[in-house]
Amino acid sequence: MRYSGLKVIKEALTGHKGWTPAWRDPEPKPSYDFVIIGGGGHGLATAYYLSKIYGERSVAVIEKGWIGGGNVGRNTTIIRSNYLLDGNEPFYEFSLKLWEGLEQDFNYNAMISQRGIMNLIHSDAQRDAFIRRGNAMILNGADAELLDEDQIRAEYPFLNFNDARFPIKGGLAQRRGGTVRHDAVAWGYARGADSNGVDIIQNCEVTGFRIENGTCLGVETSKGFIGAGKVAACVAGSSGRLMAKAGMRLPIESHVLQAFVSEGLKPVLPGVITFGAGHFYVSQSDKGGLVFGGDLDGYNSYAQRGNLPVVEDVCEGGMAIMPMIGRARLLRMWGGIMDMSMDGSPIIDRTHIDGLYFNGGWCYGGFKATPASGYTYAHLLAKDEPHPTATAYRFDRFEKGRMIDEKGMGNQPNLH
Amino acid sequence: MIIHHPTLGPRDSAEFVYLGDASLINRPDPTAETKAQDFHDYAYLRDNPAGPIRELWFHEGGDRSWLVVTRDTTTHEITAVEFARDVARKQGRSV
Repeated sequence: MRYSGLKVIKEALTGHKGWTPAWRDPEPKPSYDFVIIGGGGHGLATAYYLSKIYGERSVAVIEKGWIGGGNVGRNTTIIRSNYLLDGNEPFYEFSLKLWEGLEQDFNYNAMISQRGIMNLIHSDAQRDAFIRRGNAMILNGADAELLDEDQIRAEYPFLNFNDARFPIKGGLAQRRGGTVRHDAVAWGYARGADSNGVDIIQNCEVTGFRIENGTCLGVETSKGFIGAGKVAACVAGSSGRLMAKAGMRLPIESHVLQAFVSEGLKPVLPGVITFGAGHFYVSQSDKGGLVFGGDLDGYNSYAQRGNLPVVEDVCEGGMAIMPMIGRARLLRMWGGIMDMSMDGSPIIDRTHIDGLYFNGGWCYGGFKATPASGYTYAHLLAKDEPHPTATAYRFDRFEKGRMIDEKGMGNQPNLH
Repeated sequence: MIIHHPTLGPRDSAEFVYLGDASLINRPDPTAETKAQDFHDYAYLRDNPAGPIRELWFHEGGDRSWLVVTRDTTTHEITAVEFARDVARKQGRSV
């Protein structure tokens, strides 16, 4: 069923009896050409583009719980493409361009709002670094705009410009960045994939891989064996756990990242702002809550909840740039589990096992990458070669010294 | 999280710096035939289990000792804390 304004009016006048479920709830077939493990944003996007762009019709997405119940529903909903390095920026710009056409493409309202993102500058050295980053973005076809203090004052008059330690000296803006209703991304991709014939199988946990003579033949699941021409792991956050079942060790640690929402407020914050001297970023949801976050807790965790020292650190960051945030009460806080890779960048690659593919290591940048991650992973699965924007995301980059380390932190996952 | 330091007693984990998996104690032999692969695996690959894990914490805000902490990554419960030097000595890694 195609959604439209006309359809809404028609249904409103006829008692809303014509709506059908957005996707089917099929039982698994004995085998598929492609089995995607993980019904999150990336897995569903992979299935969507695999069926839509690459014309594959024998595709299943299998999900341990319910679709969209992991990190695609736990993030802070920001989209942007303000990266520095050549391995990253073309990929994230490809993603932002896909975001821009996404709602028309999959006929679903994901509330994509290009309200702009502003990275604040607090020192001369930081301005130099941001100018360099902005130029790298422009060279890769993205947009970037350097703002001085007065220009930021005009847009965000309430910021703490005269802080003694970290005064605000300017900012690097990406106007095309913004926010998205994250759950709707999973639902939109699921509905789109389902209408192209993809089977979305929920409550189906992968318990193991069937691997013979170095070839993956399918997956053992709680609903029995499902054969597959190609098996595509797409479970960032739990990659270590899943790939251990195939005997693989990954350049990844799982860490917990907390996020926060305040009580609902009248509109106060037009775009997304980030603190340049600590780790704090904030936007305001359409419901009015201030959505914000900061650093990882810093230790390996699968617990989906963090501890209080980071809560304090994040709130201090908020108070430093936006003192009025102290008058808002915290409504909710939660944790999500991140695949923290050794260089802070993701992996979309074949594994050493034939027929087994891997997508993960998204650190805390996975949400904005959802469309491009799905598109490029689908390309890899369909054509067995990496998409031109994702050629750098290989397993062997650590061995070959081609790390993509935006922050220059080295192989210490909790610092990326 | 509270880490029960072997000599200093219960300490807030915020006093510590986290390094990661305690397998980092086991530095490979730099003269082995497979040294390139060994060091790649040592530096970049991790077991990353959901459940009990042994990991290195450095007491930067205290006595600057390295500890091996056994902690469950699904509950954050800490079940054992040892000095890293004792662990290394038991494995013959240190004198």
